[in-house]
Amino acid sequence: MRWRMVRAVVFADLYRLLKTRDYWIPLIILGGVFFIVLPAILLGSMSLVREGGLATQIGDIVGTLPDAIQQNIQGEAPGTRASYAFAVYLLAPIAIVVPLTISSAVGANSIVGERERGTGEFLAHSPLTLNEIYFGKLLASLLPGYAAGIVGFGLYSIVVNVIVGSQIGGWFFPTLGWMVLVLWVVPPFITIALALILRLSARVRSAASAHQASSLVTLPVILLSYGVASGLLFSPVLSAAISGLVAWVFAAMLLAGGAKSIKRERLLGVAAEA
Amino acid sequence: MKPEMYAIRFEDVSKAFGDVQALDAITFDAPAGAVTVLLGPNGAGKTTTVRLTTGAVVPNHGGIQVLGLNPLHDGDEIRSRVGVVPPKPAFYDQLTGWENLQFAATIFESDEASARSAAERFGIDHALGQEVGGYSTGMRTRLALARAVIHDPEVLMLDEPTAGLDPESAKAVLDLIREMAGRGRTIMMCTHLLHEAEGIADQVVLMDEGVVRAHGSPASLARQYMPDPIVILDAEDRDALEAVAQLDGVMATRWDGALHVTIDTEDRVPDIVVELVKRGVRLTRVDPISPTLEDLYFEMQRAHRETHA
Repeated sequence: MRWRMVRAVVFADLYRLLKTRDYWIPLIILGGVFFIVLPAILLGSMSLVREGGLATQIGDIVGTLPDAIQQNIQGEAPGTRASYAFAVYLLAPIAIVVPLTISSAVGANSIVGERERGTGEFLAHSPLTLNEIYFGKLLASLLPGYAAGIVGFGLYSIVVNVIVGSQIGGWFFPTLGWMVLVLWVVPPFITIALALILRLSARVRSAASAHQASSLVTLPVILLSYGVASGLLFSPVLSAAISGLVAWVFAAMLLAGGAKSIKRERLLGVAAEA
Repeated sequence: MKPEMYAIRFEDVSKAFGDVQALDAITFDAPAGAVTVLLGPNGAGKTTTVRLTTGAVVPNHGGIQVLGLNPLHDGDEIRSRVGVVPPKPAFYDQLTGWENLQFAATIFESDEASARSAAERFGIDHALGQEVGGYSTGMRTRLALARAVIHDPEVLMLDEPTAGLDPESAKAVLDLIREMAGRGRTIMMCTHLLHEAEGIADQVVLMDEGVVRAHGSPASLARQYMPDPIVILDAEDRDALEAVAQLDGVMATRWDGALHVTIDTEDRVPDIVVELVKRGVRLTRVDPISPTLEDLYFEMQRAHRETHA
């Protein structure tokens, strides 16, 4: 496989995406809502509640968490402790949901889109190998989601530190668990979803069908990753590393056979099943 | 034909898409350095033939050789040495013409100078800064032509390249074909327009309903399907031309705007003219004709219908 060719496919797709405002503006709004707006409203509201019955109720929520976690929660006031718990433990799944949603949206259209536009004919007659096309499409779908995840993670860190950090005496985010989650666990889960979505995108007849079908893939992966993400932040880093490793192995297995789903006849739209 | 003399060889190739038999046991050679025209109506199987040539489509049966290679096993190599202009050229519309060419240049391992040169050659260089989404049909075809030759391919395949083009763009396409053929490149062009193939075809492959009805050079096909020469005659008094049928060497006559006279040899023409003049016929037209591709096409279709009647 020639990485120069893969890079060319990735660059063409990403540049095209960048020039399609209708595509990325909703994705930015999605990321903004999940990484900034919702956390800011939620954490800000909780921080404002410092006294009275409501504060006690929020404190009770923290009290339901496992002892090991409660010991790690910083802050004195119930509202501050609740904000810390929400910021560090309960909002973790957004680190996976947002990038996965964005990558799925891009990936679902990646191969069937070539066929619908007619550009699949150029790729089919080109000297690009099927592996080069496949990995180019995979990376071009993965990068926007993952980049959104990293940027969103950075913005989320600022929101958390500004709102909650000021109450506990300094910036505390990201924690080690979040770092492992974002850098080690999220990428394989996005890759797993994309490996499945690209197979669908290569087979279905239209982009609309691809989006419908991709939701069938995305939902279970989101649920799985939601559980893993939540669990990892409760557990030591070692279990996070192991979960990530298992996910990577599974992703690698899917990727190994992934290129077989792309056939030149499918790019042309003349395959028997297409 | 010796292997080194043909660039493309199809031997008994069949291809079906589901229940549709696109090609049925087609056999033909496209000579190296020559222009081969796949001629036939829509649905004849011309596009499938192009797609099989690059290995983009896999045959159900038969063997294909392109530049001495098998598309099934050496497809990537073949595709790097072949250029294709599809019937409806498609691009990434959000990208500019130049960005599309850059992408193609990278994929075909060419360089930006070649991309610029190809664009200039087809007169699309002035619009390279515009997004392709705003291009007209003619501009898209010019860009597709530039993209197809960016790597100076040994074989260029053009599938209905002048469809929807203005006369100037269509001429640019035909000029390209002549120019590339002149440089020893092999050209395979699909068309259903007979006049387009006229004058540029070294080899004609007449296709219909997924089969090759006939193939060969226009001259050999003419000898095969229209062996007898024709001279067109007209006169001030057309009734006087009825005498032509009784002259020596005249095999048949028919009126089609003027009198088409089928004769046994072109040497008869002076004798016929002298005889008619002797009889006081004032001739206004004496036009010995070579059969056109159009004549050939319809003659071959007629022969086929008669064979299967």
